[in-house]
Amino acid sequence: MAEISSTLPDGPTIKGRLSQDDIIMRFGMVMIAVYLVATMVLPMWTMLSKSFSTYHFDLAGYELQVSDDDGAFDGTILTPAALNTELGVVEPDDLTAGSDSRMGLTQFFPDFSFRSPVMYRVRNTSDTGRFLVGSELKTGTDWLELDSNTFRRVQMRPVKSTGLGNFVNYFSTPALFNSIKNSLFIAVISTVITVSLAFWFAYGLNRSCMRYKGFFRLVAMAPILVPSLLPGIALVYLFGNQGMLKELLFGASIYGPIGIVIGSVFFTFPHAFIIISTALAISDARLYEAAVSLRSTPWRTFWTVTIPGARYGLISAAFVVFNLVITDFGLPKVIGGQFNVLAVDIYKQVIGQQNFEMGAVVSVVLVVPAILAFAIDRMVQSKQVALLSARSVPYQPAPNRKTDNIFLVYSIAVATFILGILVICQYAALIKFWPYDLSFSLRNYEFDRMDGGGWGSYFNSIQLAFLTAIIGTCVIFFGAYLVEKSNGFKTGRALFQMFAMLPMAIPGMVLGLAYIFFFNNPDNPLNFVYGTMAILVICTVTHFYTVSHLTAVTALKQMDREFESVAASLKQPTLKLFRRVTVPVCMPAILDISIYLFVNAMTTVSAVVFLYSPTTTLASIAVLNMDDAGDIAPAAAMGMMIFYTNAGARIIHLILTRKLLGRTQAWRAR
Amino acid sequence: MKTKAKLIASTIAGLMAATIAQADTELTVYTAVEAEDLARYAETFNAHHPDIKINWVRDSTGVVTAKLLAERDNPQADVVWGLAATSLLLLKSEGMLEAYAPAGVEMLDPKFVDKGETPTWVGMDAWVASVCYNTVEAEKAGLTPPTSWKDLTDPMYKGHVIMPNPNSSGTGFLDVSSWLQMFGEDGGWEYMDALHENIARYTHSGSKPCKLAASGEIPIGVSFAFRGAKSKADGAPLEIIVPSEGVGWDMEATAIVAGTDDLEAAQKLVDFTVTKEAMEMYNTGYAVVAMPGVAKPVEHFPEGLLEAMIANDFEFAANNRASILKEWQSRYDGKSEPKG
Repeated sequence: MAEISSTLPDGPTIKGRLSQDDIIMRFGMVMIAVYLVATMVLPMWTMLSKSFSTYHFDLAGYELQVSDDDGAFDGTILTPAALNTELGVVEPDDLTAGSDSRMGLTQFFPDFSFRSPVMYRVRNTSDTGRFLVGSELKTGTDWLELDSNTFRRVQMRPVKSTGLGNFVNYFSTPALFNSIKNSLFIAVISTVITVSLAFWFAYGLNRSCMRYKGFFRLVAMAPILVPSLLPGIALVYLFGNQGMLKELLFGASIYGPIGIVIGSVFFTFPHAFIIISTALAISDARLYEAAVSLRSTPWRTFWTVTIPGARYGLISAAFVVFNLVITDFGLPKVIGGQFNVLAVDIYKQVIGQQNFEMGAVVSVVLVVPAILAFAIDRMVQSKQVALLSARSVPYQPAPNRKTDNIFLVYSIAVATFILGILVICQYAALIKFWPYDLSFSLRNYEFDRMDGGGWGSYFNSIQLAFLTAIIGTCVIFFGAYLVEKSNGFKTGRALFQMFAMLPMAIPGMVLGLAYIFFFNNPDNPLNFVYGTMAILVICTVTHFYTVSHLTAVTALKQMDREFESVAASLKQPTLKLFRRVTVPVCMPAILDISIYLFVNAMTTVSAVVFLYSPTTTLASIAVLNMDDAGDIAPAAAMGMMIFYTNAGARIIHLILTRKLLGRTQAWRAR
Repeated sequence: MKTKAKLIASTIAGLMAATIAQADTELTVYTAVEAEDLARYAETFNAHHPDIKINWVRDSTGVVTAKLLAERDNPQADVVWGLAATSLLLLKSEGMLEAYAPAGVEMLDPKFVDKGETPTWVGMDAWVASVCYNTVEAEKAGLTPPTSWKDLTDPMYKGHVIMPNPNSSGTGFLDVSSWLQMFGEDGGWEYMDALHENIARYTHSGSKPCKLAASGEIPIGVSFAFRGAKSKADGAPLEIIVPSEGVGWDMEATAIVAGTDDLEAAQKLVDFTVTKEAMEMYNTGYAVVAMPGVAKPVEHFPEGLLEAMIANDFEFAANNRASILKEWQSRYDGKSEPKG
């Protein structure tokens, strides 16, 4: 009997079967992951390989013959390489080149004279060799006979190879690597100033009983609505040589680090403020009561209770600001003067010198601090633990006339700075011809008379903002949903999370340049999007992916996974659940994502500056180009148009959110 | 009003041209010509060749050049109409241009035609360096007007001169290459060393120095005559100075991109660009055009500009561009610490 049981066949191994839903969800996730790979990982990879593509002069790549005075050749074949070992006219370092470099041949003949009757023959030794006679390109291995007057016009062209040459070149050019120091310098200074200013501002709003808090909160957010170059333009009007307040600088020039730092403080302030304000908003009153009962001085309480409570917020704010400043391009371009920074160097190398390889090198250099700052920020945020437990008592500030007034005065000063910058720009935009004709006119709004694409670029920007907001929100929210709510497939989900976090660490300039390398390659099947509105939308969605993704994930985490189980047991497809339950419940977050994308698409400069085409010029780029051409007042006018548009979008967003909250979120209240 | 009427007229003309001939040839034309002139240029061309439609792709000189070079293996343009000759030489040395001698090329000043056996590019008009001088601000600062390039190195002008960065601006490069040609290699760099002491800063674009001079931000801007004349017409207190040693210049020129789908149409267009009518068309904005005897004086342009133009060696400029820019960068870009 016992034998029977031992001979029973093995049952089939139990394996979870993928339902149709699981397959759809995995397919969706894979699609979005492929999107991220195609729009971020591959372009970045292409750019990295571009930075290793070098050019050098190959002296052995040419052969020469020299005749006697009667023009007769004896058949001796020379190469520049052999001549150089003999004469040492060119150092090995001089042989590294850019794609555009040329090198004459006459220097290898010390007794060369362009009047002599001597004839020369020259040829490439391989089919890939290239040289110029004047500006005529010669390829192929046929001998070319030239008189000495023409021979002096022969120029060797560099050949392509792979190596670290560009990096060596970069670090041996002080003009270039000084920018690293400059960039770090202004980023650190701006970070310290912004974080201190924002901390006390947030402290006043959260921990005092001063008045008009709502107003100050609103003002503090205003800089998010304008491109980062706008404060630069305002500073020109305030502190430039014809500036209204230039005496305040005591003869120092606003063009340079001073201007960059002031402008950076302006445009990074809201970012620091939000983070620190969130950190200060939650605190446990019992800690303060304990401090009082232990007879601690307010000063000591501040250092032992308040600061430790807000430390993660402070650190996070510092790294966010650092990252924003070091990767910003618009502001140093406008007000940087001779003070070179990395982001502007990329632009100068690519647009000014057509040196794409060096642009790629500077990009790689810029990515390092940006990724470091990003990584530290993520690490700090993951350490953030809940400060509020169920037993906590929320801290309520008590009125104190003296400190409340101090904070009120301080907040007025900060608000004046922010509003002042905006008012100056609007004022400058309406003046006819600063400083000679101060009458008001709308002349600066005739954008069609200026560089930058005219009013068309403004409408292009609005189109881009809408497309980015709609498409971006759909892709990002759906992606977040799939990652958050699908079953199994652990490695795939972890990988997806990583891809979703990466865009934040990549500076806009670098992403834009990577897109040129990747999408402008005729062999790339995606080549057709180059120069269209589509590439601008793709680039902007990818550039701002991370924050939107995190917002979506946070909202989705609040929803119990039981919803999916219930839907499954009721035999309802997940996508129906998604449409009927998840989306309505998460509507506030979805609206937040779309307004975030809209506003950023209106103001972004760095990522799209390499990608716009004559039919897709943008308002933010027009601000840059008009300022570049010296039309500063129209640039200010366009910048303010962006501000009003974004402010309008925000107001509509507010109204919509209110309405939707009333309609779809009624279940939250009992 | 006038521009509006023109715009409407050109739109109607464009619409009509579009409706008359559906199966027309289309040419993609890359250009750095001022945006406001493009409609006028196309209109005049279409009066002769209504069957060829021009699709403009316009940007600044640096960007168009970068774009053309980036598309080296897969050219998108059929014709380049209105790009700096130094840029075209760069493209020529990459073998990207189709040699073609347009009908009537012998009527042009030889200075304005490529030296190749069959010319690869032909010039349209010249774009001449000049100094914009703000009389109001200069008087406030107690300056006297300079008459030569050498004058600008006078310590009196310290911090009052602004010029474009040759690494980003075609105008800036034209100044630098003209100084190197006029004063010799060593003399040129010596001159720039001295001038550097007086420069407030280097701008990215070539028109900005003049606009900054016009707005009084910096009283003296090294820029080009065309820009100065425009700002003067806008009411800026400017004087346009032609330095006595001579001035650098570059030209706007035309070329056919090798590998174009429609060589015949491209040739028709290039033929048109050297006609007398085209020259008169360029003359509206530019005081110096490629065909001798056509140009009429343009308002606010300084006198003696044509005589002051140096015998510019474009080949020198193009072939030494990379090394000149590298030298410039190591001398002035790295060392120039922010003032303040």
